[in-house]
Amino acid sequence: MSVGTKSNQTVIEVVRAAIEQHGTSREELIPILNDVNRALGYLPAEAMEEISRRLHEPKSSLFGVASFYHMLSTKPRGRHVIQFCESAPCHVVGGREVFEALKNELRLQPDETSPDGKWTLITTSCLGVCSVGPVVVINDDVYGNVDAKKIPEILARYA
Amino acid sequence: MKTVRSMVLVSSDPVSLQRGGQDVFNAMQHHIKAFGLEDEISLIQVGDVGRHDALPLVIVYPEAVIYGPVRADQVAYLVEEHLYKGRIAAEMEASVRELTGRIAWLHARKGTLPAEQRIVLRRAGIIDPTDIEDYILNEGYQALGKALSEMQPADVIEEIKKSGLRGRGGAGFPTGTKWGFVAREKPGKKYIICNADESEPGTFKDRLILEGDPHSIIEAMALAGYAVGADEGYIYIRGEYVLAQQRLKTAIQDAREMGILGKNIFGAPFTFDIHIHSGAGAYICGEETALIESIEGKRGQPRSRPPFPTTAGLWGKPTLVNNVETLANVPPIITQGADWFRSFGTPSSPGTKVYTIMGNVNITGLIEVPMGITLREVIAFYAKGMKGGAAFKLAQTGGSSGSIIPATLQDTPMDFDSFSKAGVSLGSGALLICNEDTCVVDLAKVLMNFFRVESCGKCNPCRIGTQRAYEMLDRISTGEASLNDLDKLVELSENLYMLSNCGLGQTAGTPLKDTLNYFRAEVEAHIRLKVCPAGVCKMEAMVPQY
Repeated sequence: MSVGTKSNQTVIEVVRAAIEQHGTSREELIPILNDVNRALGYLPAEAMEEISRRLHEPKSSLFGVASFYHMLSTKPRGRHVIQFCESAPCHVVGGREVFEALKNELRLQPDETSPDGKWTLITTSCLGVCSVGPVVVINDDVYGNVDAKKIPEILARYA
Repeated sequence: MKTVRSMVLVSSDPVSLQRGGQDVFNAMQHHIKAFGLEDEISLIQVGDVGRHDALPLVIVYPEAVIYGPVRADQVAYLVEEHLYKGRIAAEMEASVRELTGRIAWLHARKGTLPAEQRIVLRRAGIIDPTDIEDYILNEGYQALGKALSEMQPADVIEEIKKSGLRGRGGAGFPTGTKWGFVAREKPGKKYIICNADESEPGTFKDRLILEGDPHSIIEAMALAGYAVGADEGYIYIRGEYVLAQQRLKTAIQDAREMGILGKNIFGAPFTFDIHIHSGAGAYICGEETALIESIEGKRGQPRSRPPFPTTAGLWGKPTLVNNVETLANVPPIITQGADWFRSFGTPSSPGTKVYTIMGNVNITGLIEVPMGITLREVIAFYAKGMKGGAAFKLAQTGGSSGSIIPATLQDTPMDFDSFSKAGVSLGSGALLICNEDTCVVDLAKVLMNFFRVESCGKCNPCRIGTQRAYEMLDRISTGEASLNDLDKLVELSENLYMLSNCGLGQTAGTPLKDTLNYFRAEVEAHIRLKVCPAGVCKMEAMVPQY
């Protein structure tokens, strides 16, 4: 079995599990996409095709939804996704310097994934943890009161 | 529930957890057991208590002593001193009696901040949010019981109308009137939606209510359902709020098992159930018609109005959409009455308001205070002054669509009407307090970037207007703009207001308008002198003139 077909099978499994949990009605589309995105890190074309087939919804309409919401990605992402909050509360307490440090340390621009597939850097709107800004979220870990000097140490925690 | 000698609360909001709150809790559990105190002491994890400078917190009742920030390795000492020997853990006492980021303790929660008046947050941080019995012991579900046994649906609406409660999501629409709109639609399928898609930058009050007191929202939604004749409710919660979602799921499950949700609630001919619908990251879904589209599984693009959701909302049925904080006010109004509620706040804006405080101040976090206090009071008392003694320059309210409030307006009472008379808006209750190192052009640029990114793209004025405004602000910040651009910005903000389909575009121009109203000289310095007075903008276009 080649790696390709194996991953294809994983995709189908993940979609099946999500549909089993939520059902096939249109109102469950976003929860299904959320689950699949969480399990696979993004929404591969095969997954979209399978969801479209099972929900009897055109792919164009699914893509319309998937591309609308920030938490869903139609592009592959790195093993670790770094979200940097670029809203005003984080900005005025030093967010800009933190973002410069992140970009320099990772050698990435926003929306880029490192060639080794380790990191993806994205900017995000407010995450609701403003009292401890600037805020950086790596995967599900929230880092508050971040300053530029702490960036290397934080990144080093991820393999 | 068994009787215990002491109650120990460990904060478990995301910030506490990130700072080792779980380890502290585990260590507490371990050491309480080691001293054989497990039967005398109840240990629970609670939501946010509003002191973000000193998380994770450990609070011991009945003495109401607060320790924070607590490290797991200090827990053994804390348990031995305070819980075993019964005295305050002296080594964990700070030199000052206030929480300043160092380990500290202080007596009586009420004394932590002057004159805080908690209605919607009265249980947050005091009860165990995952235990329905704890909620019931603290007057939970009394309002629902009272309404179902003693009140007609119309009485419930009348009480809310009399209380003068206004929507806390930003617009300040009278809640009772909105309920009346849905109630007067002909009987049939109707929906209650709790808008928990809190995405205004700087706003996290709803998260803290949901994490700290999830049952209060369930109770309020059931009350709303009884009042307007709906039997189904949705909580639309933003996808990023994972902990709040878990707490809500547990709460709904427990309420169903107790018969508080489901058929014939409290033996009355009233049926109500609640579903949770998670968002997937889109600011616009806080707009009620976009939120409805999103629940239906579509792109979250606002509908054209009319018809309003109160007439044709979710799946075309009459739908009541209320913000979390608004709903959290409902049960206490029903139990204690409209007159009691009106004793707080101002005549036109009764009750309290939860504010989130952040920016260049000494203490950040959230407070719940009566409507009508001033910004000066907030900064001086609650935020303990500006960081480093710097001068206060401006505050930005209510997230990105809020106003930029200059220091000259810091004595205006913060209620809906006083603010609107002064030409500014209260918004959703975020107070981003900035010192003189903040450049208004840079701030406006960040705010406009937010709208540019979050515009859903459905209507042209907003999609194109926010982009063009961002580009102009960017040119000002690099010294490449002309004075002509300022006139264009004014025109653009007017067009955004008049032509946009929904609130996002309509309010996107507010920061521009405020900036030019109150800080025109600073903006013009960027253009005429190619200088950023605050020293923030880089002014790349500046070349020596020979």
